[in-house]
Amino acid sequence: MKENNKVLLFGNEAIAHGAREAGVYFASAYPGTPSTEILEVFSKFPGIFAKWSPNEKVAMEVGIGSSLTGTRTLVTMKHVGMNVAMDPLMTFTYTGVVGGFVLVCADDPGMHSSQNEQDNRILGKFAKMPILEPSDCQEAHDFTILGYELSERFNTPVMLHETTRIAHAKGLVQLGEWQEPVRGEHIERDYQRFVMMPMFAKARHTFAENRTIQLAKFSNEWEGNALEFNSKDIGIVTSGIAYQYIKELLPDASFLKVGMPFPFPTEKARQLADHVKRIIVVEELEPFIEEELLIAGIKCEGKKYFSREGELNLDIVHQGLYEAGIASKPAKMPTPADVVSRPPVLCAGCPHRGIDMALKKVNADIFGDIGCYTLSALAPLNTMHTCFCMGASIGNAIGVALTQTNAKHPPIAMIGDSTFLHSGLTGLLDMVYSQANATLVIIDNRITAMTGGQENPGSGHDLMGNEAPKVNFEKIISSLGIEKIVNVDTYKFDEAVERVKEAIDFEGPSVIIARQACALFPSKLKPEPYFIEEDCNGCGACLRIGCPAISISGEKTDKGLDKAIIDAGACTGCTLCVQICPIDVIFPVKEAEEIKV
Amino acid sequence: MNSDNITNVLIVGVGGQGVILASNILCEVALQSGYDVKKSEVHGMSQRGGVVTSHVRFGAKIYSALIASGAADAMLAFEASEAMRFAHEVKKGGTLYASLQTIKPPSGGGKKAKKYPDNPLGDAKDFCAGTVVPIDAEKIANELGNSRLTNTILLGALSKGLEIDENTWVQVISKMVPPKTIELNLEAFARGRREAQ
Repeated sequence: MKENNKVLLFGNEAIAHGAREAGVYFASAYPGTPSTEILEVFSKFPGIFAKWSPNEKVAMEVGIGSSLTGTRTLVTMKHVGMNVAMDPLMTFTYTGVVGGFVLVCADDPGMHSSQNEQDNRILGKFAKMPILEPSDCQEAHDFTILGYELSERFNTPVMLHETTRIAHAKGLVQLGEWQEPVRGEHIERDYQRFVMMPMFAKARHTFAENRTIQLAKFSNEWEGNALEFNSKDIGIVTSGIAYQYIKELLPDASFLKVGMPFPFPTEKARQLADHVKRIIVVEELEPFIEEELLIAGIKCEGKKYFSREGELNLDIVHQGLYEAGIASKPAKMPTPADVVSRPPVLCAGCPHRGIDMALKKVNADIFGDIGCYTLSALAPLNTMHTCFCMGASIGNAIGVALTQTNAKHPPIAMIGDSTFLHSGLTGLLDMVYSQANATLVIIDNRITAMTGGQENPGSGHDLMGNEAPKVNFEKIISSLGIEKIVNVDTYKFDEAVERVKEAIDFEGPSVIIARQACALFPSKLKPEPYFIEEDCNGCGACLRIGCPAISISGEKTDKGLDKAIIDAGACTGCTLCVQICPIDVIFPVKEAEEIKV
Repeated sequence: MNSDNITNVLIVGVGGQGVILASNILCEVALQSGYDVKKSEVHGMSQRGGVVTSHVRFGAKIYSALIASGAADAMLAFEASEAMRFAHEVKKGGTLYASLQTIKPPSGGGKKAKKYPDNPLGDAKDFCAGTVVPIDAEKIANELGNSRLTNTILLGALSKGLEIDENTWVQVISKMVPPKTIELNLEAFARGRREAQ
């Protein structure tokens, strides 16, 4: 059963290894779940260069530059990141590559950590680039290597499309030898190919269309688009993780397992159609394969039985097959217990909490953004009222400021440091340009926290662990033309409230920079825990700050109210609860120990 | 092991309890024993005090990394209310090894919010088609002098019910836990094995 040198790897680790084996020298990305670990793993290999860029568009453009020198290049992003990177990509597919170029796009069906669940196979097709879609970790590794061969052979960027259940699932992978990283010397000038003005772009568009025809030939010959002839009744066309579920449930069906959804292997699908009476398409999210079959005139059924929403699993696929009349009725799903929920919360000592509490006090409309602080929309803080995409907070607040006619307070935009650097600068420029009466709060915790603590231009380090220039927020903001800049220490509650009021009262655009380091990254703060004395009166003020270190103790006051207790193992000593406790019964554990002595 | 020669193990807990390390150890043990292995878990939001689940499957050939609903041969729950939340995932004849430890979620929902259950493991039994084996892992861990051993103690209990050589476990644990804690973890593993008898 066991083959000697197979190792257990996450899909993302397998991709990083594949890239290294394929001789990739250069990699760039902006972190985004579930894609982040690819660059983290790749950056540790010797002899390569890997970097975080401020956003996916820049990462893509940097990657294009690297490819133009003849260097093999890897660029990774999550599905919504690709929306940001589409502009350069749409033209890069016209020019084609010099050094092999693979774009890894990680979709998140089921929205485990995303604001939508778009199916980026559609974007790959839209951009006219070949798409490879692995169904397990071994294929994630192998298809990455193949991606570089195809990229250079067909002169095209290649999309490797994965999903959360590939990225964050472990499986056995047979690794191979490392090829010397391929790094070019300089660009070869060729303005007719690389200057995309109309007269040249027309020729390159023709090139791209012809390339798709050539790639379709490859797709129809390639063994990764695998036909499995079994049953003559049912043929399944599937791709990615869906293959694993359907193969386990219907091992005797005939299959076309699609490893390259675009250009689609239409001839192979026809072979399957000739072999079976009925074709069922099983795929996550959009009916991408189903539409390819229908365009080719191949009769099939798909989304009739399987939802466009959420991710698939064994139970959902089984139910769909039952509805299609080709599987037994699934056993009744076991009933789960109704248990108190455990929603994700801001960490104990999280610096977002203090500024959230101060903003709650003024009760303004708050336009939010992407990051840990999105959690402040939930109880008990409830201080965020919108969240669309990276950087949207600022534009949203400007639009509101320019149109609302009867609001108590001017709007507030709230954004983290990494998200501000990703796509907040142009929004802030517009705030100044339009002289919108709005306030921007930049919560600077000096790290990209949500995705697990990645460095960014404000953190002072780069992905390779070297020191890097630290962005000066005050300088950027004032040079854009903001006249009112207010600094806030988010651990000082009363002062934060005063400073927030001061910024809001300012007529015209203003910026609050709220600072304290992330409680988790780069490393957990040295905790100085606090405890609540026995004479807690059960008022619940500390419970309402949503700190995971504070809970109901189980003891009651004389009036029957719940006393609160602090978990000393979780408390970091940020002292926000101490500052809001109306009867001052919260003290450092250290003091209590000193009293005992 | 179930009739398809596939073993399904679900590991659940709360962020920071070592669910991921436990599932990594189990995967490596299965790999060393010659099985095909897959596991699936979700990162991201779970880092912030949320529920953490890891699906591990091993056998001759594994397709899906996710376990079907109600099909877990064994489940390890590092926290009592999480044992209750996922008890229905254990199949008839399966075993739920559950730590007695309780970690109450922050009371964000206010007064109307659902309360933490009084007897989570008692309730877990009502929803579990298999056997619930309660283990006072917190007490054992404290006796051993380190509160963060729950995961290894429960792996010890699990190991009793799997047909895998004890030496393989010992080798893999020694390789995968922090070097300074090897002895402690091996002791915790042995205590967990005894608890399951």
